[in-house]
Amino acid sequence: MSVKNLIIIGGGPAGLAAAKSAYDAGERDILILEREDKLGGILNQCIHNGFGLHTFKEELTGPEYAARYVDEVLKRGIEYKLGTTVLSIDKNRRVTCANEKDGLLVYDAKAIILACGCRERPRGAINIAGCRAAGIFSAGTAQKLINIDGYMPGKEVVILGSGDIGLIMARRMTFQGAKVKAVVELMPYSSGLNRNIVQCLKDFDIPLLFSHTVVEIKGKGRVSSVVIAEVDKNLNPIKGTEQEIKCDTLLLSVGLLPENELSKMADVKLSPVTGGAVVDDDMMTETDGIFACGNVLHVHDLVDFVSEESEWAGARAAAYIKGEKTGGECVGIEATDGVRYVVPQFAHREGEGTLKLKMRVGNVFRNVRLCVNCDGEDVYSKKCMIVTPGEMETITLNEKQTRALKNCKKAVVCLKAVEK
Amino acid sequence: MKEMICICCPMGCRLTVDDSDINNVKVSGNTCPRGEKYGKEEVVCPKRMVTSVVRVRGGNVAMLSVKTKEAIEKSKIFDALATLKGVVVDAPVNIGDTVVSDVLGTGVDFIATKNVAAK
Repeated sequence: MSVKNLIIIGGGPAGLAAAKSAYDAGERDILILEREDKLGGILNQCIHNGFGLHTFKEELTGPEYAARYVDEVLKRGIEYKLGTTVLSIDKNRRVTCANEKDGLLVYDAKAIILACGCRERPRGAINIAGCRAAGIFSAGTAQKLINIDGYMPGKEVVILGSGDIGLIMARRMTFQGAKVKAVVELMPYSSGLNRNIVQCLKDFDIPLLFSHTVVEIKGKGRVSSVVIAEVDKNLNPIKGTEQEIKCDTLLLSVGLLPENELSKMADVKLSPVTGGAVVDDDMMTETDGIFACGNVLHVHDLVDFVSEESEWAGARAAAYIKGEKTGGECVGIEATDGVRYVVPQFAHREGEGTLKLKMRVGNVFRNVRLCVNCDGEDVYSKKCMIVTPGEMETITLNEKQTRALKNCKKAVVCLKAVEK
Repeated sequence: MKEMICICCPMGCRLTVDDSDINNVKVSGNTCPRGEKYGKEEVVCPKRMVTSVVRVRGGNVAMLSVKTKEAIEKSKIFDALATLKGVVVDAPVNIGDTVVSDVLGTGVDFIATKNVAAK
């Protein structure tokens, strides 16, 4: 058993940014535990560009963005262990992990930062009927096969789900010589970015079918076709609208789930909406000394925001270790009227400064005001021509607005119609 | 006349671009000036960054990710990708190293986007 001040679980964008900022806040006894044999996380397989516009004011590919943060961690001499799987954590912050070289390792940490990212929703979670033939992959698995391992998963492809990974993979498979026959989306809108719809589908004349889903997968040994159908407004398939598409591969891009198996072991309270921990404005969960940031906390749209959030979590964890934690009572921040969730869910009444709130809406809304309402009064209001579920919204409250929120009985983030 | 969706922000304005006179392209349907600029660029000379992978020999990974150093003409995407076929790079490789120079005479190189150490 060893003792560590700060253990960061995950060496992807969240973990790297948290480590960097904890170090810069004066913490030197840091250990990053990474399951893969490389730092950088999922960015290593996201070879397309478009990362880093906010952080570095330039468009980088995923591996380039990761390398910038890996360099920062190496430059500071922060300790990390690769190929190391965390087996358990508990509420007293005991971390048990294992790797090939060291065998079993047990640490007692003063603070833990959960930076384990998210995983893809699998086929089993969406109940598609049909055979269990080969050729059904999650979009991220296909991405790894092509970009990391150099294998092509198939030639004729249907993609279910129009999230960004599905869109990116439509282009990627096309680049590698596959024919992408259709992207099928259950909802009447895409949760992906417009830019990806245009540059990954429209550029290559790949059809995007809204309000459609896959109702059956056919094939013996290998997928030979899928049957798709239109859905009604309750998302149930409409009889008679079925059409069969010949293909050898079905990619699933049907949502991401924060990976919180470890969090549960430490009694970390999770939000049923985000699937991630409930946190306060220090990014600390309701389990003392355990922090969370990045996609394990809530699924972000841009990695730039993961880095920003994680740098804050790293700095606050370092302060916590030094005994400078923000104490005392918290005020809850609720999401209502079109806003699906807000992170953090709590803010300490004590303390000064600004407060960043991140949220997602539940539908596409046009001409609305995004408001932070404290005891019936809007302390913040921003006019939005459009808000969509695919884009995370961020509000930064200034010191005065933050003070108002910290002092109120009930804080709510909501959408309101713009009065004509 | 071309119909397109503006990609400058989540609004996704539906643009109608009149390119009957290529020297005087007219954009309608945009809500802001960025849409007009985007619409014009898309009919005059649309450009895209191209990213892909090539094999790497003697490295700690099998594939090296690459990108065009700058955006190239959209019409040349597949010809540009064809220049990567069969390319094998020896490790070590650093981000920014040239993988294929002057792709299709565009003056733009394919460069490495990953650091790959020798095995």
